[in-house]
Amino acid sequence: MNMLRLQALVRKEFQQFIKDKRLLPIIFVLPILQLTFLGFAASLDVKNIVFVLADMDKSSESREFIRSFTNSGYFTMGYTTEDYNTVRTYLDNSQATMAVIIPPQFGAKVLRRESVDVQVIFDGSEGNSTAIASGYAMQIINRYSQEVLTEIVGDVRRLGGVTTETRAWYNPTLVSRVFMVPGVLVLILLITTTNLTAMAIVKEKEIGTLEQLLVTPLRPIELIVGKLIPFTIIGLIIVTVALLVMVFGFGIPVRGSLLLLYAFNGAFLMTSLGLGLFVSTISKTQQQAMMVGMFFVMMPMMYISGFVFPVENMPVALQWVSHAIPMKYYLVAIRSIILKGAGLSELWFEGVMLVVMGIAVLAASVLRFREKID
Amino acid sequence: MQALSISTVSKTFGTITAVDALSLTVERGEMFALVGPDGSGKTTTIRMLCGIVKPDSGTVTVLDYDVQKQKEEVKRRIGYLSQRFSLYGDLTIDENIEFFAEIHKVRGYKQRRDELLEFTRLTPFRDRLADKLSGGMKQKLALACTLIHTPDIIFLDEPTTGVDPVSRRDFWKVLSALLKTGITIIMTTPYLDEAERCSRVALMNDGKILLTDTPAGLKQHMNGEVVEIVCSDIRRSFALLKPNPSVLEVQAFGDRLNIVVRSAAADVPGILSFLASNSVEVSDWRTVRPSLENVFISLLTDRREA
Repeated sequence: MNMLRLQALVRKEFQQFIKDKRLLPIIFVLPILQLTFLGFAASLDVKNIVFVLADMDKSSESREFIRSFTNSGYFTMGYTTEDYNTVRTYLDNSQATMAVIIPPQFGAKVLRRESVDVQVIFDGSEGNSTAIASGYAMQIINRYSQEVLTEIVGDVRRLGGVTTETRAWYNPTLVSRVFMVPGVLVLILLITTTNLTAMAIVKEKEIGTLEQLLVTPLRPIELIVGKLIPFTIIGLIIVTVALLVMVFGFGIPVRGSLLLLYAFNGAFLMTSLGLGLFVSTISKTQQQAMMVGMFFVMMPMMYISGFVFPVENMPVALQWVSHAIPMKYYLVAIRSIILKGAGLSELWFEGVMLVVMGIAVLAASVLRFREKID
Repeated sequence: MQALSISTVSKTFGTITAVDALSLTVERGEMFALVGPDGSGKTTTIRMLCGIVKPDSGTVTVLDYDVQKQKEEVKRRIGYLSQRFSLYGDLTIDENIEFFAEIHKVRGYKQRRDELLEFTRLTPFRDRLADKLSGGMKQKLALACTLIHTPDIIFLDEPTTGVDPVSRRDFWKVLSALLKTGITIIMTTPYLDEAERCSRVALMNDGKILLTDTPAGLKQHMNGEVVEIVCSDIRRSFALLKPNPSVLEVQAFGDRLNIVVRSAAADVPGILSFLASNSVEVSDWRTVRPSLENVFISLLTDRREA
């Protein structure tokens, strides 16, 4: 490896960066946009569930019961009807995702201390939000019946039994943004470094400078290192921008060590740059490189790594596949460092996996690249 | 010392034989041209000489080094100008030359760079991005990048394709000046008029060399004579002469026709009376020196008939 040649390659790359009008937006605008979109829009929180009410009782008790729904902040009463059959129309037309049916004699039965049934119907076509909404509804109904009970017997706890008090650590209000944003950080690093590396190399193929370089004494390994150094620097700048947006824009602090965070970024860069190099060896044009990167690198990584869907919920076969996805370990590590303040003693396994996989991906790509241009 | 020698070199791509058992030697200080139509194997040959393409069989020796086994030695001493003048469009002229200088580990390249810029008359544009240069200027910049490490041989692959006529003449001036410094120039070109300026020419077709000689020597191989006829109604005369058995080849230029006949003395009177009988007025005719184009076509025709 010759330092003068390496220095020439790195300097050339930065001379090109400075003149590249696309690069600055990629470094600064992309992290902000991605974080904003995925942090706010792709929220898994369920709020403002519109329901249709069929109150056949119309007593002060039934009104109070419904108020406990509307006051919770999760539910909005969109429609009321007196006819049980029209409830279906609202659900069919997706005007409401939940229906609450209060039977006649509801108030009277409550006052008479008799048991009374209330029907709640959900639109199950959106399974995820239905599950969450029904959880909220159950909580509200339980609380209502507990209040009724308290009125009768005073302190319920005197009756014995088990009560639960749930606390969520690290994200007490269970805002999904807190979970999503560190993940987006990971995604941004993957997208930018893999794509930028692949496209920069394929561009040299397209304009023929790669061939020109092959007629010079430049060695393939110098060419590779000369490409990887600049994109490592770009990758670290992008992560830093994204981290700043996360801390100051979203108010999510880094609880763990910044040094450890960057060490993991570095370990993952071996994988993402290696993949970029690999994509460049199977693509002839920049568009092709982008497509290959999108469909064969980004998509599988996003879906199987646990970025959106928890790995634990996947079928066993897919869970096995996810063990081979470097982004899974990186994601766990980044979330743990940022949200829980985890250290190396908790994350050594992820660290080892990332380094081993990174070296493997990089080595395979370097070998393939050298073989292709020889 | 020979600049290069190749013996029985072949290269196939799939079912296509691009280069077929080619043998060739070039002496130092020559300006040598590989001439032939598109697809004749010129570019593959020059790429094998530079070591970009590996031959299937045969040996390629450049400056007494085996191109496959002693790549580094060869690469240090040659320059290659590809068909597309591959440069970094987003770097300036200066930055491009600087980059290639450092890749070649040329120390103190600044003086050499200034000389080359002066030589190619690019000095006033040195801070311009390569993308913003005209075709002719790009070509000269690519040449400057190729020359920065003072190579012993340069390989130029169709250097004047897609360049305007004025820039072409300019480029040839640069090449002639360069040749005086003792460099060896190997080039490919589809233009036969350019090949006439070279010291030796190899005519290529279908992956084979038909003939290698000096331009004058090649003309000795011409089968027949070239006659120029100035006449009226060029297009009709062309159509009349095309099927004529004593006319081997006919080409139309503006106000005249060039025809190839076996012997001017024997064939021209008959042709003139044939034209007269078809009411074509012939104002003048004379035998002319054959161009390489005439030679090439005559060689191809002989081959097809054989």
